[in-house]
Amino acid sequence: MALLEVEHLKKYFSVGAGTNHAVDDITLSIEKGHTMGAVGESGCGKSTLGRTIIRLLDATDGVVRLDGEDITYAKGKKLRELREKVSIVFQDPYSSLNPRSSVEATIKEPLQESHRYTKAQVQQRTEELMDLVGIEERLRLAYPHEMDGGRRQRVGIARALALNPQFIMCDEPVSALDVSIQAQVLNLLMDLQEQMQLTYMFVTHDLSVVRHISDDICVMYLGQLVETSPSRELFRRPLHPYTKALLSAIPSTDLDHPMQRVQLKGEITSAINPEPGCRFAARCPYACDKCREPQVLEEIEPRHFVSCCRVKEIND
Amino acid sequence: MANAATVTKASSVPKRKKDTQLRQITRRLVKSKTAMLGLIVLVIIVLACVFAPLIAPYDPNYMDYTSLNAGSSLAHIMGCDNLGRDIFSRILYGGRMSLMLGFTVAVVGMVFGVFFGCIVGYYGGQVDNIAMRICDVWMAIPGTLLAIVISSALGSGFGYTVLALSVSGLPGSVRGTRAMALKEREMEYLEAAKAMNCSKMKIMFKHMMPNIIAPTIVGTTGQIGGTMMSAAGLSYIGLGIQPPTAEWGAMCSSAREYLTKYPHEMLWPGFVILLTVLAINLLGDGLRDAMDPRLKD
Amino acid sequence: MSEEFLKINDLVVEYSSGGQIVQAVNHVDLTVKKGKTLGLVGETGAGKTTIAKTILRILPMPPAKIKQGEIFLDGQDLLKLPEKEMMKVRGNKIAMIFQDPMTALNPTMTVGDQISEVVLQHNDYTKQQAQERTIEMLELVGIASVRYMDYPHQFSGGMKQRVVIAMALACNPELILADEPTTALDVTIQAQVLDMMRELREKFNTSMILITHDLGVVAETCDDVAVIYAGEIVEYGTREHIFRNPQHPYTLGLFGSLPKLDDDSKRLSPIHGLPPDPTNLPDGCKFGPRCPECMKGCGEKNQEMLEIEPGHFVRCCKFTAAQSAKGGQAEEKTASGSPAETKQRGGV
Repeated sequence: MALLEVEHLKKYFSVGAGTNHAVDDITLSIEKGHTMGAVGESGCGKSTLGRTIIRLLDATDGVVRLDGEDITYAKGKKLRELREKVSIVFQDPYSSLNPRSSVEATIKEPLQESHRYTKAQVQQRTEELMDLVGIEERLRLAYPHEMDGGRRQRVGIARALALNPQFIMCDEPVSALDVSIQAQVLNLLMDLQEQMQLTYMFVTHDLSVVRHISDDICVMYLGQLVETSPSRELFRRPLHPYTKALLSAIPSTDLDHPMQRVQLKGEITSAINPEPGCRFAARCPYACDKCREPQVLEEIEPRHFVSCCRVKEIND
Repeated sequence: MANAATVTKASSVPKRKKDTQLRQITRRLVKSKTAMLGLIVLVIIVLACVFAPLIAPYDPNYMDYTSLNAGSSLAHIMGCDNLGRDIFSRILYGGRMSLMLGFTVAVVGMVFGVFFGCIVGYYGGQVDNIAMRICDVWMAIPGTLLAIVISSALGSGFGYTVLALSVSGLPGSVRGTRAMALKEREMEYLEAAKAMNCSKMKIMFKHMMPNIIAPTIVGTTGQIGGTMMSAAGLSYIGLGIQPPTAEWGAMCSSAREYLTKYPHEMLWPGFVILLTVLAINLLGDGLRDAMDPRLKD
Repeated sequence: MSEEFLKINDLVVEYSSGGQIVQAVNHVDLTVKKGKTLGLVGETGAGKTTIAKTILRILPMPPAKIKQGEIFLDGQDLLKLPEKEMMKVRGNKIAMIFQDPMTALNPTMTVGDQISEVVLQHNDYTKQQAQERTIEMLELVGIASVRYMDYPHQFSGGMKQRVVIAMALACNPELILADEPTTALDVTIQAQVLDMMRELREKFNTSMILITHDLGVVAETCDDVAVIYAGEIVEYGTREHIFRNPQHPYTLGLFGSLPKLDDDSKRLSPIHGLPPDPTNLPDGCKFGPRCPECMKGCGEKNQEMLEIEPGHFVRCCKFTAAQSAKGGQAEEKTASGSPAETKQRGGV
């Protein structure tokens, strides 16, 4: 059964020039113990989507269900319970930790906030967590600035795990790290998932990372969901023109099989007061008149959804 | 057994932590030569003022009619003022009033400034808009004028002077902290606090405030000197500290008439004010750096 | 075959910070051939940017200090040039592209004026000529000339980076130092910019040093590759050498850390530990403490670069040992398959 279901979720912001449709009618579901990767380029709304799902932002419209329970507008006690069930790991290991809290104080905080543990239990759990994410005991009283990015990110992960959440939103957790450290953190996240049956949503712009960690992937463009599918399937046979271009743009280290690059013209525009229809149409090599009408997410193959009116013609 | 072990560990930990943080700050402070110089000078001045009755050679209000406007001599090391009062003694006694006034106003300003600044900065948007417009109106009234209005309405005396000066300085410090709070607001650790169910109060005052206070300290120390001078201005027009009570600013302003003929009457209290302000600023700078955990030892 | 256009010999750069010495660049030798691109790969703090800034002589000194070394551009030692001569070299012969296009442009000037200012500074052009040249450059990087009078904030990130590139190319430099030119850009935009840079380089036969941490970008754009770790070049060779037959344990570690698009294995094999403290580098091999193949003697003396096959240099103890044991064992270890395979071999 799906742990998390998102239906027609919308998040609009009013900005100076109008309304930014940052998340526009997104529908997806994440199985328990699986990882959903959300990819897209900067400004596509993937981080906003993540934050709206876990109620750091209030949705404009739509439904989010966790374990069958509607959490979209949870308040008071329900919201408090929700905060224990879902947590978040942030992108920037420099700004996501309070510079004036030691490692220990940072990890303890969610435990103390829940008011369910005695002092001794909090201490014990903190030590467990530090051990779990691989932070040395001697760093217990260290401050964030005394640690490198990888260790800080481990502290952030320990904090997210403190209350045994069911679901963790990972917002670009490895983008700010060097490759070798990035691999250490990715391995840690995957080990933890296996041990604790965690469900992740992994927001990133790095396609090779998302391919590595995700079971399913959804591709976003300017607030819209353009394609979602099991990750292997998506990389084997991308169907949406944007996904094709995106995947072909990844610089490859394989000298023998250089990607056949799909060249995109133009730049990403914005999702402020958008026209109805496909937002990628302006850059799409296959754009036609039909693209100006609203697009529907269609199941082309089992569990492989695409939002493109010409998907069948293009992929024949 | 295992449980007992964790319990003892748990109880020993918080104490040690507090200790290290305080010790770290002290260690960094001691290392800074300029801050230590400021601290030493300030301590000497404060001690001298506290023990004024023991040190001062004369009663501050005793008038020696034989030495009106006298210059430095063995009997009066800083000379006498126009009424024949010993300037050195008056500086020692006057310091009690001046320092207390300066510090109290600065601390009151900082506490309220940080409090309101945090709230305004945290909420942002409309709250921020309204608060800032109020500050604008407030600041459009000249500070001294506002202080004069308050003290003439309420009366003179230490408490009212503190109130008058604090009220006129408040919008400035609210604006200062609010700017810092707005910057801090973008940091993800506040979002993290929200995600782990911290109340707004906790986010504002446990997470945001400590990161704002350190830079505020320097601004506050900078205000102390100004406050002393404004207090002097109030005394001069008869609204602040009432003569014959000695007070540095008042000493300066009453010596103004004799500046060309007897400059020492102005120079000595002026020099002491300068020295105090400089010492406080050096200490404040050092303290800000010492309180910043991001700086290494 | 191609002449050595830029040659760096035994460069050592240090910073002093808070009473400590940061050894940023340690005995680096590099060569860039005319019209070729050298990729400089390494992690944060490895000294990549310091090398580029040293070439251009824009390091803040102090705290930085060039301890020793020579940098020959076209036979001329840049480190010995008087500042006045150096000013002619900057912009005219060497241009630098910085990582962040958002901060590299002056927000109060139109992009056209910014480019023509550079053109005027380095050439005896009239204003008219400079303007024509600017429009030519803008069109070259794919920006319509009507945008001459636009301000930087009216451009998107990718377009800004194009403007920065146009500015760098405006004076026909012979060498471009590109410091992470596409790191701040999205993948599809990165692909556009890289393709454009490649075309321009071919057109003008410009040499380039491309500084990056992204091995994919290197594979797609560079002719030669130098892998740098803790201020030291640990492996140097052609693109084929590095990608088909990586030999240094650090290079292998980098490949192992990279999630691969065509590989389903669930675990990455990262490099253990952390980069060393640059104020206190380990003795001997700087990578020793993190190296899975570290053996006796690694930490004793500084390793020399060894040519294990023509044009492929590695700074590693395992080859020194092998070579002293039996002459040319290294030659046998040529073209093998994927990095992963090589890694297993190397581990034996």
